[in-house]
Amino acid sequence: MFLQQLVNGVALGSVYALIALGYTMVYGIITLINFAHGEIFMVGAFIGLLLVSYFKVNVFVAILGAMIFCMLMGVIIELIAYRALRKSSRLSALISAIGVSIFLSSLALMVFGADAKGFPDTAFPVHQIKVGSADISTLQLLIIGVAAALMIALEFIVQKTKIGKAMRATSEDYNTAALMGINVNRVISFTFALGSALAAAGGVLVGVLFNAVSFNMGLMAGLKAFAAAVLGGIGSIPGAMLGGLLLGVSEVFGVAIGYSSYRDAIAFTILVLVLLVKPTGLLGQKITKKV
Amino acid sequence: MADFLNSMVALVDPYMMQILVNVGIAIVLALGLNVIVGLTGQLSLGHAAFMSIGAFTSAMITIKTGLPFSVNLALTGVVTAIVAAMIGFPILRLTGDYLAICTLGFAEIVKVFFLNFEPTNKALGLTVPTAKTIVPMPIYVWLIVLLSIVLVTFVQSSRFGRALKAIREDEIAAEAMGINTARYKIQAFALGSFLAGVGGGLYAHFLSYINPSDFGFLKSVDILAMIVLGGLGSVPGAVIGSSVLASAPEFLRFMSQYRMLVYGALLVFLMVFRPNGLLGGVNFTDLLLRAIGRKPAGKGLK
Repeated sequence: MFLQQLVNGVALGSVYALIALGYTMVYGIITLINFAHGEIFMVGAFIGLLLVSYFKVNVFVAILGAMIFCMLMGVIIELIAYRALRKSSRLSALISAIGVSIFLSSLALMVFGADAKGFPDTAFPVHQIKVGSADISTLQLLIIGVAAALMIALEFIVQKTKIGKAMRATSEDYNTAALMGINVNRVISFTFALGSALAAAGGVLVGVLFNAVSFNMGLMAGLKAFAAAVLGGIGSIPGAMLGGLLLGVSEVFGVAIGYSSYRDAIAFTILVLVLLVKPTGLLGQKITKKV
Repeated sequence: MADFLNSMVALVDPYMMQILVNVGIAIVLALGLNVIVGLTGQLSLGHAAFMSIGAFTSAMITIKTGLPFSVNLALTGVVTAIVAAMIGFPILRLTGDYLAICTLGFAEIVKVFFLNFEPTNKALGLTVPTAKTIVPMPIYVWLIVLLSIVLVTFVQSSRFGRALKAIREDEIAAEAMGINTARYKIQAFALGSFLAGVGGGLYAHFLSYINPSDFGFLKSVDILAMIVLGGLGSVPGAVIGSSVLASAPEFLRFMSQYRMLVYGALLVFLMVFRPNGLLGGVNFTDLLLRAIGRKPAGKGLK
């Protein structure tokens, strides 16, 4: 029972972590809470669904297709809605992000309709594997596997490549990075592309897991992933992974011990409690205020 | 008197009247959030939670006791303010985005609490009896609007309001000047939530049906968008911002299915072209003095 719930929790948590990474990277670089991120996750799920049901591709190709589409979308959103606001107050950019979010979810409502759509059964062969007392489905393995692979790839890009180095420099100090000859605009576009691709992958995985894709799935998932990013310490990449897993596992356990109607509150209760004890999140750096 | 006022209300098209009352309620809510975000600089993403606490408290008071509506509203406001102070005491130690996400989390918790709270019918929502007021409801709402405008204007220029502005501009400097920032922040939070509670009470009795799901994250965002659009920290800005955004979905209704799409795009474009809000940086006393010719036109020294 415990093992079973743990696996369920890790599967859900790795999806939260994938979305949270996008929040945390964007925040780390331009200190913007990108509220449209949850909707990118939703669009990713729809693109995956379209690819699987109309073009009959397998689930991995669908994930890849959704990632590429959302990459472009993330870059375009940044260009239109955030770039002009980079120098103005952060609240204006926040409202702009919320505008994008409302726009995308109502667009999805118009295009795909209000009812939830399911993936065809042939999308991914589901078997149950017995490990000790737990039944682990191949679907959960797929989710954990894809999420882990993507996170390793991300860690590699951020730590080992030149553009990753530029990202780290920009998040350390935007102006100095620009003075050092880093093309900050390109770095920011790249960050949005990376974050959106991860969210899209998360969207397809959630769509397959719950077998439901709907226009309003982005809101709650986005909020919880944002909570996960803050829980881990916003701006910190390992923090987002830790926060996502923690929220996923505690949500599943909370439901298992009978608080299913409080499901959505569990994540936020943990968040509020942790922030009260550790005001900058679990792995967040302590900010020293300069006078 | 009451008959006369009633006949006046009946003169206005009921649909217009409904929009007007919605605008009025939005103004009360926006003014409350303006004290917290605009004046004190503490970003809150959970204003709808205090609105829902107000709405349910006020509805329960009407159902259980049937007190006169004005007493009911005052009581509701006080209850909401006390809850806000209790919440604010721990969470206002956080700053910036951490505070924002904490208020957001709190709002979700409140929503889920009401969704599972037996006395308020859980997810079914609550039907609220009509309010017992001397004047018709629309006029009553607008009287409350005027009172709130006077209250917030008065607060803004008081010693208390100046302390809040100092905290907004630089918290450390304010503290160094001897301002008890923690206390003032909690008081501002309580005052803003008082207005949210009153707005919630009006909302409950005007709509006569409330459901916990109506007070979600998007409601908080709506109110925040109103004050940012109008220009943060300005009372006329909050009034104009909420008038525009509360009536926009109605005036966009002719586009039926496209209206939320247009609303989202509108928010983005308004922000991109007027990043400080429609009235950001506009000084109203200046404009007024200029209009009556007491001050030469053109930019003054800054």
